[in-house]
Amino acid sequence: MLEARELECTRGERRLFSGLSFRLGAGQLLRVAGANGSGKTSLLRIMCGLLLPSAGELRWRGRPIRAEREEYCRNLVFIGHLNALKDDLTALENLQVAAALGGMTADAGRMLAALDRFGVAHCAELPTKILSQGQRRRVALARLALSAAAPLWILDEPFSALDVGAVVELEHLLAAHLASGGMVVLTTHQEVQVVAHTVLRIDLDVHTAALLAA
Amino acid sequence: MIRALGWVLRRDLLLAFRRRGDVVNALVFFIIVVSLFPLGVGPEASQLRNMAPGVLWVAALLACMLSLARLFAPDHQDGTLEQMLLAGEPLVVLVMGKVIAHWLVSGLPLVLMAPLLGLQFDLPGDALAVLCVSLLIGTPLLSLIGAVAAALTLGVRGSGVLVALLVLPLYVPVLIFGAGSVGATAAGTGAEAHLLLLGGFLALALVLAPWASAAALRIAME
Repeated sequence: MLEARELECTRGERRLFSGLSFRLGAGQLLRVAGANGSGKTSLLRIMCGLLLPSAGELRWRGRPIRAEREEYCRNLVFIGHLNALKDDLTALENLQVAAALGGMTADAGRMLAALDRFGVAHCAELPTKILSQGQRRRVALARLALSAAAPLWILDEPFSALDVGAVVELEHLLAAHLASGGMVVLTTHQEVQVVAHTVLRIDLDVHTAALLAA
Repeated sequence: MIRALGWVLRRDLLLAFRRRGDVVNALVFFIIVVSLFPLGVGPEASQLRNMAPGVLWVAALLACMLSLARLFAPDHQDGTLEQMLLAGEPLVVLVMGKVIAHWLVSGLPLVLMAPLLGLQFDLPGDALAVLCVSLLIGTPLLSLIGAVAAALTLGVRGSGVLVALLVLPLYVPVLIFGAGSVGATAAGTGAEAHLLLLGGFLALALVLAPWASAAALRIAME
């Protein structure tokens, strides 16, 4: 379970949000909403431990995430704005490296199946620099199909650059992960239909408005 | 842990192989700089012998520094560095993998090329051997120190100049003892003391540099 207590984030002179608390349990989806520049990405990076909150703390299964960083990272899959693909490697090689670093054990067959799930199996042997933006996103997301063992998925704008078919595929994947007791945190501007036991929602605009009013 | 290190190493070597041009650049730079000196200075053999260690070492140092920009910056740009920070493996280990790959790609070719280039300076056999050994100990040291500077300047504008400023004071002792070892052999005093000191620096850097680079990378990503 992921628990946030009184998180505050300040970038430069600007305070993006403060006093943000939530609890995310098994099978729950957390959707972070807010206008551009409201701090969605910062919040997600704080959740990953890439960014230090200016106040407050995050706890994973009752322990601060910074205390056991590597243990926490093994439970986590993060897909950010950047696809984390090497242009000169093929889609399959990129997936192999990502899987190895993420501690997943998967053979080439399972990787091809993961790429196939996102409809990019035919690009497996092509360097990713010649793929389109949407195809590159699909290759990046194929990691998720191998990551069922990691309970917490943190996804920054996972639906960007995807076509309708891929959006549906990703929704299925997220729903299956949640159904098996996983947790998902995502930001998106699109309306998405993910079947989840509980959907939590943090609206950073509303949060900031409440802060200003207070 | 070793598996993760292996994967990082494999990935970086594969990338270097796919972008051979970048690798060859540094080596060609090294060869050109070293080869121009005998042409510019003239064919006086004793003068060439005297300046050979310094020239070869300075050229190796600059060639190594040129390639530092490629150590972390591309990974930072495409987001793979983020994934390394979240890999669930100690970052120090992954950094070590990258440094080893950097040395294999930009340090080792210089070591292998050095004896051939040393011949242009009429270096005797024992001096050539010492030159190779000193570069073999010294170039990993250059990669390790360079990794700290590259990590510290990650994402900073004009980082090339900044890297040079940060790294040069730390490179100077390596240069002095590296070039000094060859000079000492030529002078007949023996290179052991110089090489042992270089080895000591290397041991120290092996322990401290990956750790410092990893800490600097975490700060750079905030």
